[in-house]
Amino acid sequence: MSDCSDHDPNWVPYKERPEWNDVTPIPENDGPNPVVVIAHSEKFEDVYGYFRSVLQRNEKSKRALHLTKDAVELNPANYTVWQYRRDILKTLNTNLQSEFAYVESVIKQSPKNYQVWHHRRVLVEWLQDASLELELTKDALEQDPKNYHAWQHRQWVIKTFGLYSQEMEFVDILITEDVRNNSAWNQRYFVLNNHLGWSDLNVQKEICYTLEKIKFVKNNESAWNYLRGILLHDKRGLCGNAVVSSFCEDLYKNKCRSPYLLAFIIDMCDEAIKKDETNCLYNPERAIELCEALASKYDKIRTKYWNYLLERFRKCRGEQIINSNGLMDEIE
Amino acid sequence: MENHIRLYNEIADSVYQTENVNTDSSSEQVYVENMVLKMYKKFEKDSAIDPDLPLLKRDVHAKVLKSSLKSLPISYECLDASRTWLVYWILHSLWILNDMPDDETLSHTVEFLSQCQHPEGGYGGGPGQYSHLGTTYAAINALSIIGTDEAYDSIDRSSLQKFLWTVKEVDGSFALHIGGEQDIRGAYCAISVAKITNIYTDALFDKTAEWIVSCQTYEGGFGGCPGMEAHGGYAFCGIAGLALLNRTQLCDVDALLRWAVNRQMKTEGGFQGRTNKLVDGCYSFWQGGIFPIISAILSQENKELIETVLFNQGALQEYILICCQCNDGGLIDKPGKPRDIYHTCYGLSGLSVAQHGTGARDPFVVGSPSNELNRVHPLHNVAPHLVYNAIHYFIRHPPPVKDKN
Repeated sequence: MSDCSDHDPNWVPYKERPEWNDVTPIPENDGPNPVVVIAHSEKFEDVYGYFRSVLQRNEKSKRALHLTKDAVELNPANYTVWQYRRDILKTLNTNLQSEFAYVESVIKQSPKNYQVWHHRRVLVEWLQDASLELELTKDALEQDPKNYHAWQHRQWVIKTFGLYSQEMEFVDILITEDVRNNSAWNQRYFVLNNHLGWSDLNVQKEICYTLEKIKFVKNNESAWNYLRGILLHDKRGLCGNAVVSSFCEDLYKNKCRSPYLLAFIIDMCDEAIKKDETNCLYNPERAIELCEALASKYDKIRTKYWNYLLERFRKCRGEQIINSNGLMDEIE
Repeated sequence: MENHIRLYNEIADSVYQTENVNTDSSSEQVYVENMVLKMYKKFEKDSAIDPDLPLLKRDVHAKVLKSSLKSLPISYECLDASRTWLVYWILHSLWILNDMPDDETLSHTVEFLSQCQHPEGGYGGGPGQYSHLGTTYAAINALSIIGTDEAYDSIDRSSLQKFLWTVKEVDGSFALHIGGEQDIRGAYCAISVAKITNIYTDALFDKTAEWIVSCQTYEGGFGGCPGMEAHGGYAFCGIAGLALLNRTQLCDVDALLRWAVNRQMKTEGGFQGRTNKLVDGCYSFWQGGIFPIISAILSQENKELIETVLFNQGALQEYILICCQCNDGGLIDKPGKPRDIYHTCYGLSGLSVAQHGTGARDPFVVGSPSNELNRVHPLHNVAPHLVYNAIHYFIRHPPPVKDKN
C-alpha cells in the first residue's frame, strides 16, 4: 500500500510549479455515477491530474518523463504510466544507464510487482546489456528466495544471453541454505533442461544428488518431485533404475512412511503395469496396498485421491486377470 | 461419506515434521501452523456451545462489499490501475452470496465500465488507462454478471477483437497489454473473453494451446511461462485455457492432478500456491477450481462420469470459514493478515467450489445450512447460467464487423 510520502516537506505540487503553468490538469473522468471510487491523497490527485493531461496531449518531454517518475512512485502498478514512460524514453533517446539505476531502486522498493520487472527487461533488451542482471536478481532472491518475478527475470536473462555457466553453483548454494526451496529445485531443472542436457551421466549425477537430499529430509516434496522429473529423462524409467529402486526399498524397509515415498512406489507400480513389466516388487497388488495405507493412515487429507487411484488399480488388476484367462482359453 | 469435519486432535496430529532440519521454509510453515491451530482450538471451544458453527458471516461480508462498490479508503490507492478488477471481485462475491446490488447501482456500474473501455478496444484498469487483458477479462466477467442488454451492448466487440489481435504474439502467447509482459494469464484472459463474447476464431488462437502446454512443468502444474515453477494461479489459467480451447488432451492431466492434490495442506486444510510454500485463502479458488475441470476431463477420457472432486472439500471449507473470515467482514489470506477484496472474492469462490464440487451431486455444506453459496462456472469464475446467458446473447447478436485477419 502507498506510504505517506505526501509529507515530504520539499514537495511542491505541480499546480504550483511555474514550468507547468501552461498545462491544465485533467481530473479522472469517472462519469456521472462513479463506482469503486478510491480515496486519494492530494499529492496523488495533483500528479495524476497532470499525467492525464500529458497523456492526452501526447507530450513526450523531459518534464513529462520526470512526471511519470512521480506517478510511478505513487502507484508502481500503474502499467499505463510505465508504458508511457518507455514511449518517452524512446522518443527522447534518453541515456538509459540512469534509467537502469532508477528501475533498480524501484525494484528494491517493490520487488513483487509485474511492471517494474518488465520495465527492467525492456531496458536490457534495448541496451543488449545483461551484465548487471544476475547480481540484481541475486539481491532480490536474498531478500526472498522464492520471489517469482525475480526468478522469471533471471531465467529470461540466462536463456536470452546464455549465462548458464555459474548457475548450478548458485542453485546449489540456495538448496544448501534451504533444501525445501522449491524455486531453487525448479531452477536446477531449468539448467539441466536448457543447458547441461539429459545425458545418461547427467541423469545419474542428478539422481545421486537428489537421493542425498532425500536422505537428509525424507518429507521434502521438492526433492521427490525433482527426482520424478529427472527420471522422466532416464530411458529405463522410474523403476528401471537400480540405484533409485534399492534406495526406495531400503527406506521402506527401515519403516519410512513418508507419503512422498509411498506415492513414488505407487508411480513405479503404475509404470510397470503400463509397460506390462510387473514383477514381485512393482505390481497392482502393491499399489493397491499402498493406496489403502495412504488413504487410511499416512496421508488422510488426500483420502479421496488415494481411493480414486486405488479403484483405477483394482480395475487394471481385474483386466489383467481377464486377459490371462483369455489367454488360457486360447491355449486350451 | 469421505467428507467430514476434522476433529481438533486429528488436525493437531498432522502437523509438519521438520526432521530436525530447520530451514526458512520449515520455520515459516511451523509458525503458520501454530497460528492456524490456535484458530481451530478456539473454534472447538466455541462450537461446543453453538451448533450453528462454523458460520459464514454473509451479512457483514455483503455489507463491506456493497460499501466498497461505492468507495474505498486510501489504502486501495495501489489498486488505482485495477478498478475494473475491483468491480468484478465485488460483483462476483455478491453474486456468490446471493445478495446483488439494486438495478440502479448495476446500471451505474455499466456506465463506469464504459468509461474504462478504450477507444481501440478492450478495457483498462480505470478511465483513460491503456487496455490490459487482465482488466478486460474483469470487465467482461462483471458485465456478464450484470447480465442486462445494457451491459452486453456496452461492449464494443469489434474493437475488442482487434485489441486481442494486437497483443497476440507469433508463438501463440499473449502480452497483457501493448508493449507489456507475456505470460499465461494473458492467454487465459484472452480465451475467456473471446469465448464469452463470441469473437473467438481459430486463427486468433493459433498455437496458443501448444504454448500453454509448454508451461506445464515436471511437477505437473503450470508456470507463468515455459521453464518457470508450477504455481496455483498460473495452473488454473493453463488448464482452464486449454479446456476452453478443447485441447486438454495435449497436457498430462494425471500429473496435474497429482500436483494439485498435493497443494492441499494437511493441517490447515487450505491450499498453498507452490510446493513448500504457505497456505493462502486465494488458492482456495485457483487450486480448488482446477478440480472440477479435471473431473470433467477424466469423465471424458474414461467415458464414465466422475461426479466428485478429488480434494478434501470439508477441510477447505473449515479453513475458509474458521481461519479466513474477518469479524468486520471480508476474507483474508491467512490468520494475522488484513482483509482485502481480492481475497474476499477468491475465498468465497473457493468456498463455493468446495461446497458444490462438480455440481453433479447435492452440495456438501460444512457448518450452518445457511452457509450454502451460489455456484460458479469453474472455467470463467462467473455463475454458470450467467456465462450461458452472455454467450447466447452474443451468438444472437453477432459483432458488426467480422474478423478479417
